[in-house]
Amino acid sequence: MAITVSHLTKRFGTFAALSDVSIDIPAGSLTALLGPSGGGKSTLLRIIAGLEPPDAGTVQIGGTDSTTLPPQRRNVGFVFQHYAAFKHMTVAGNVAFGLEIRRQPKAAVKRRVDELLELVHMEQFADRYPAQLSGGQRQRMALARALAVEPEVLLLDEPFGALDAQVRKELRAWLRRLHDEVHVTTVFVTHDQEEAMEVADEIVVINNGRVEQVGTPDELYDKPANAFVMGFLGPVTRLDGVLVRPHDLELFDRPEPSSVAATVQRVVRLGFEVRVDLERDGKGELWVQITRGEAEKLAVTPGIELFVRPVAGAVTAGDG
Amino acid sequence: MTATTADPAAGPRPTPRLRRPGGAGLGLGVGLATSYLSVVVLLPLAAIVARASGHGWGRFWSAVTTPEAAAALRLTLVLGLLVAAVNAVVGTLIAWVLVRDEFPGKRVMDAIIDLPFALPTIVAGLVLLALYGTTSPVHLNLAYARTGVMAALLFVTLPFVVRAVQPVLIELDREMEEAAASLGAERFTIFRRIVLPNLLPAIAAGTALAFARAISEFGATVLISGNLPFKTEVASVQIFSQIESDNTLAAAAVSTVLLLAALAVLLALQAMQRLGVRRA
Amino acid sequence: MPSRGGRGALRAVAVGYLLALLALPLGLICWRTFANGAGPVWHALTSASARHALEVTGSVAVVAVVANTLSGVGLAVLLVRHRFPGRRLLDALVDLPLAVSPVVVGLALILVYGRTTGFGAWLAEHGVKVIFALPGMVLATVFVSLPLVLREVAPVLEEVGIEQEQAAWTLGASAAQAFRRVTLPAIRWALAYGVVLTLARALGEYGAVAVVSGRLVGKTQTATLFVEERYQNFDQPAAYAMAVALAAVAVGILLVINLLRPREGS
Repeated sequence: MAITVSHLTKRFGTFAALSDVSIDIPAGSLTALLGPSGGGKSTLLRIIAGLEPPDAGTVQIGGTDSTTLPPQRRNVGFVFQHYAAFKHMTVAGNVAFGLEIRRQPKAAVKRRVDELLELVHMEQFADRYPAQLSGGQRQRMALARALAVEPEVLLLDEPFGALDAQVRKELRAWLRRLHDEVHVTTVFVTHDQEEAMEVADEIVVINNGRVEQVGTPDELYDKPANAFVMGFLGPVTRLDGVLVRPHDLELFDRPEPSSVAATVQRVVRLGFEVRVDLERDGKGELWVQITRGEAEKLAVTPGIELFVRPVAGAVTAGDG
Repeated sequence: MTATTADPAAGPRPTPRLRRPGGAGLGLGVGLATSYLSVVVLLPLAAIVARASGHGWGRFWSAVTTPEAAAALRLTLVLGLLVAAVNAVVGTLIAWVLVRDEFPGKRVMDAIIDLPFALPTIVAGLVLLALYGTTSPVHLNLAYARTGVMAALLFVTLPFVVRAVQPVLIELDREMEEAAASLGAERFTIFRRIVLPNLLPAIAAGTALAFARAISEFGATVLISGNLPFKTEVASVQIFSQIESDNTLAAAAVSTVLLLAALAVLLALQAMQRLGVRRA
Repeated sequence: MPSRGGRGALRAVAVGYLLALLALPLGLICWRTFANGAGPVWHALTSASARHALEVTGSVAVVAVVANTLSGVGLAVLLVRHRFPGRRLLDALVDLPLAVSPVVVGLALILVYGRTTGFGAWLAEHGVKVIFALPGMVLATVFVSLPLVLREVAPVLEEVGIEQEQAAWTLGASAAQAFRRVTLPAIRWALAYGVVLTLARALGEYGAVAVVSGRLVGKTQTATLFVEERYQNFDQPAAYAMAVALAAVAVGILLVINLLRPREGS
């Protein structure tokens, strides 16, 4: 089911969490809402789920206007950042909850619970209580619980936020595979650009309550709409008031057409790559990322003067 | 383009709240709750103030300053303060022993602390009279004496400070004390400079509750005091005898004083809580 | 961290205080009550007036517990889960019954429902008797035990948070279903604790009930009023028997409370 959000506005007191946000999320896609914390992405997700009413604007799920529908009637699966596990129920009880609410026959519930637990690799934990599970297991249980009712839309709020780095990496890949298996329209919130780039088909960058850009990971990286998107998705440095990726700059030991002079301040070797900090006489600082071979060829050492220019076709963004 | 404003709907929220569409339900709930509390609690209490002030400030003042009423109020206040003070010290001490000491019978001791809360107050009075009354086997007769009234008040207020201090003491970080010891502080200094300041809010809250209870107690004192005006008659007993003799104006006047005192203690407690929250 | 000797002294003071104030008096009254065996105690408790008093206490307590459980949970949900103007004031006011003298509560009810007031007279004309009758005693008992359930449930409700309920909503549960299947199990120990406290308070209430009941033997006399009346009439055995019976109930309630205390459910 596709999700269409039109002109959403939401304020908390005097704070504008969302200002006139409109996006289309195609059916069956895996979309990331990416942005810094406090940017409004979680609020957007909660409004889609019906957990928060918007001040203005509409939400359509699968073509029907859901703006005023309570969460019970939207048929969305929601996975909370801290899982919201029902502590007094076993894993199986948690997963069965939505099915029991829908008064499905006992046998069908049991079958579906087994199926879901298998899907999330939790069969052996069916009779455990949430308190007896690790963070990653609780997360998978919460996913199974949300998926059990066959939602039209799966919404995940910072799904990996509370996990440690290793588990995070594993679950990311697993979520991607899971989506390829079940194909439900999935939207997840994250503030980690690496996570969004790795998992999502499409990324919506949200900042200050506004949509900055929508696109595939490649589009966002290669054609950032503005300085914010460019800066949020990867390292940037500044040359003559223009943002540019440090690996899109080249260095020369003598002046070249449209190059500018700069003095080397510091050289940091990070394995294969070398980071060179430069100072332009009274015109600010910048840094350049080059390979070790290039650095050796130029004999880069602090104090020498080099010449910098962007490579042909470098991604740039005006200083917003 | 820097954006790090606090978003109330992002990050871990202890209690996110939803204003669901259809605030009519909330309005109904608030209306119901307010009406219920008004009928059960507020209107009756307002009736007391109305009765006490209905004939003007002068009548109210003369009702609470009759020698008997004034003596009862004075005794109530003095006993309340004494009882609060004893509780502050002994209650903290008992809490300390329960948390930091180990000895056989500690669990039983911990359990019986709550008895005064569970025991009917009239039974409390009767129980004390059995040991400290006219038929005292230890020849300690506190019946019809102020000390007896005070014993009754100490009985019913026992759990307040203990139960307020105990959880704080359990949670108290022992490393603070170890740090103080490593810095050369002696045992008493550690208690005075490290432990006590951390317990103080709990002690104050428990003491305030004990005071409020002591000035309002009736059941536990009624048998032991013997209703002797100017000697053992506390305010609540005085109110009771005025009601019995159909003098509701005098009863309402003294009641109003007790009500105001209760309200003052509640407000002080709320203020203390807010202060505590700010410090934590 | 007192020294070994200091620790022993502290322990002695604590134990001595509790013995003198609590344990010895209670022990003595039990010993005196059963000095002639259980027979006289049973006899005293099964007399017509004692049985009637227990019945009155029981029925008043049941109504008060039901009323305060419903209102307590409702108020807790309202105060914890919602924001509305006047919330802080309401929050402060619900504690008032704990600080008000029971005698004052009784007087307050007389001043509203007594025969000398317009409202009381109007009620009496329509055949509703509140003061010197059960309704007044129920009102008094409800008043004095009003916040006990609320004060147990509210902090747990706060701590549990709203996410589990929201998760239930997204899974299709109605507000009522979410409350019954998710919220109620989460607060069940606190609720049980509050109910038990309310029951203890209701069974033991004396002052407020003494004022509004008129203390009519065989009519509005409760168990606690029975204790006082028998004692004043020099029927110590009956007073002691009932007092010990009430104390036994109190101890039973305490035991239940202590069983409920490890609240971390499953």
